[in-house]
Amino acid sequence: MKPLSGQGKANASADSSRPNFLIRLVRRPESGIFLALICLMVAISIYQPKFASPINAFLVSRQIAFTAIVALGVFFVILTSGIDLSVGSIVGLSGVTCGMAMAAGMHPVLAVLVGLLTGAVIGAINGIIVSWIGVTPFIVTLGMLGMARGLVLVLTHGDSVEAIPKSFISVGNENIFGIPGPLIVLAVLAVVAHVVLTYTVFGRRVYAVGGNEEATELSGINVRRIKFLTYVVAGVLSSVTGMLFVARFRSAQANAGLGLELDAIAACVIGGTSLMGGHGSVLGLLIGAAVMGVIRNGLVLMEVSAYWQDLIIGAIIVLAAILDVVRSRRRKS
Amino acid sequence: MSEWMLEMRGISKSFSGVQVLKNVDLQLRKGEIVCLLGENGAGKSTLMKVLTGVHAEFEGTILLDGNPVRFKNTKEAFAQGISIVFQEFNLCPNLPAMENLFLGHEVRGRSGLLSYSKMREKARAAFAALRVEIDPAAIVRELGVAQQQMIEVAKALSHDTRILIMDEPTSALTGEETRNLFVIMRELKERGIAIVFISHKLDEVLTITDRVVCMKDGENSGEIATRDATEDKLVAMMVGRKLDRLYGQRHGQRSDDIVLEVRDLSGPPRIRNVSFKLRKGEILGLAGLLGAGRTELALLLMGARKKTSGTLLLNGRETAIHHPSGAVAHRMGYASEDRKRFGLVLPMTVRENITMAIHPAILNRLGLISAAKENTVTNRYIEMLHIKVSGREQITRNLSGGNQQKVVIAKWLAIQPLVLILDEPTRGIDVGAKAEVHKIIADLADKGVAVIVISSELPEILRVADRILVMHEGRVTADLPRGEATEQSVMKAAVS
Repeated sequence: MKPLSGQGKANASADSSRPNFLIRLVRRPESGIFLALICLMVAISIYQPKFASPINAFLVSRQIAFTAIVALGVFFVILTSGIDLSVGSIVGLSGVTCGMAMAAGMHPVLAVLVGLLTGAVIGAINGIIVSWIGVTPFIVTLGMLGMARGLVLVLTHGDSVEAIPKSFISVGNENIFGIPGPLIVLAVLAVVAHVVLTYTVFGRRVYAVGGNEEATELSGINVRRIKFLTYVVAGVLSSVTGMLFVARFRSAQANAGLGLELDAIAACVIGGTSLMGGHGSVLGLLIGAAVMGVIRNGLVLMEVSAYWQDLIIGAIIVLAAILDVVRSRRRKS
Repeated sequence: MSEWMLEMRGISKSFSGVQVLKNVDLQLRKGEIVCLLGENGAGKSTLMKVLTGVHAEFEGTILLDGNPVRFKNTKEAFAQGISIVFQEFNLCPNLPAMENLFLGHEVRGRSGLLSYSKMREKARAAFAALRVEIDPAAIVRELGVAQQQMIEVAKALSHDTRILIMDEPTSALTGEETRNLFVIMRELKERGIAIVFISHKLDEVLTITDRVVCMKDGENSGEIATRDATEDKLVAMMVGRKLDRLYGQRHGQRSDDIVLEVRDLSGPPRIRNVSFKLRKGEILGLAGLLGAGRTELALLLMGARKKTSGTLLLNGRETAIHHPSGAVAHRMGYASEDRKRFGLVLPMTVRENITMAIHPAILNRLGLISAAKENTVTNRYIEMLHIKVSGREQITRNLSGGNQQKVVIAKWLAIQPLVLILDEPTRGIDVGAKAEVHKIIADLADKGVAVIVISSELPEILRVADRILVMHEGRVTADLPRGEATEQSVMKAAVS
């Protein structure tokens, strides 16, 4: 077959002119927000030297880990252009079911399974209603935010579940070579998430669904199944943070994870994940979660009043969403 | 005063360092229909955007009645009587025809509130002037494409329009509707309105225009009075070379093996009792008017729509397909007429799009996607179809229409299809790429693929297909072998 117009450039010429590692690193979309994170940290340390102390670094990184694990879950959903507002409530609910199981004398390993199962079931309910019934994710998960939190209150009457075994508590409070337990859990989960999204068929399809649902469906891909699974992933990962909270605070609290969905979504968006779906990286998300954690911690250290803190965090979320719109416009032009 | 109503002189325009218009000239007389011809990416649309004020930054001068003008935005251009009818309609499908007509300059009563009665009256007058029958209160979504087109035209003419730009206005119209549009265009011409007509359909260009101005690579590449023009001359001006005229030449052996047999297939909203057989290596043309149910039939075959009755036999075996995944597993592919919406994941790379339907085949032993396997497949099809890309990793959004179409075809070739359905495979792509697509189709059939080609362009279907199935209102009304099919016989079956 002879080309009729021009020459078909067959071999990808990108390989030959590949810039070196350092340049590629700087050109990565995450580098901008990473730079912002560094500046933020330097600025806070100058203002409040306590920020850079090892003990504070330990506390902040642990806090970031809690948020980032939930954010990882929401990330899958957002990549398909969905949203999950119920993750904060799932954190609370799975912590309580896991805690109650242990309080009833169940072995911690089995109790963890109970917690994971709780997250998976709630996520699956979200997923079924979104994918197969076709209700907008915003409304489904907003309702679930209320229902799951309500269930927590029904189960606990607003109290916390105490009597958590010592072996379980250690995960949340101990450290390995000075690294907090939750951070290690996050590291493992982040690597797994990255591999899943980059090298598995499921991950490829998650991005494809977010990029163009209809075209993906017509390519013979079961879009509903993919979307369903992302809500299950979000539920399961939220339950991990839920149980880490129990370990950390030595009890399952009824209000655990309250409002965490905002931080998690903000971490995704600040990290460059598009709310319209199809764009975003695990690395970006981790940096986004770090930005959120550092700001929250910085505000506390600088003794900004709690009222102002909410206002500032809210403003940052809106700002990040504006940035998302600007970015997607630039991609399209 | 000069003879020209409009003169664009030495227009140059660049986007982030890339020059897309180089010193382009365009003149228009009062009451003249000028065709702006050129391949996709030649700069036609950019030039029109300069004229209509979309692009306010450019070099060169625009003279309107000999006076220099420079529009800062579309509103200013519109106020001076320059209107455009876009290729893709800019209508709100959920609103009535009349509200679309007056969108942006709504009709108000004395109270300052919208006056529906006045609006209805004015809309009726506007449609009557174009001699089209559209109920001003009809919701646009429920109107046919041709009627939507006429609303666009009416909208463009709702001011004292002097220059009307029509960007591929006939691409979605049937022959009859196109002829009606031409009647109206001639009337507008009589009224002294100058029309810039952008089209890839050369027979239409030769029918309706007075003069053809051709562009190539952002420059003027020729101009000819239509009475002196022939299709070959136009093509030569457009591509700067002679086209391979042998599209659709077949070499393969005819086979009698039936790959696909459809029996009494019905499905909502329109498909009724469709039966046909498709042989190995056969190209089946699916002809009919817009809305005859050709695309619906394709979606039904792919399992993207639910059938109510009927059976499907693949290689003689009855096969149930409930979802496109089932169709793909049985090696059936469907390249949609709307490639941006149903064909490509635009933000993804050429590589990711080409391998979209063969994920299970590009895994390594660990079950992870193998970059090596993926690259091999991608390279093979980029080479085979001569897809012009900067590399495998180019984002498909940034490709031209013809190359996007090739990526979609590549995706389906990758499944090594038994049956491939191509829905309007050459819509909106330029003449050169069109010939290539025709050649690809013929090559596929020669290799034994059974191809169904849906097309609204009769000449295309007559040239490409071995056999033509004509549909009308969801039924098959004719099954014509190549020898018996003529424009007349197909058209007759399409309207009865």
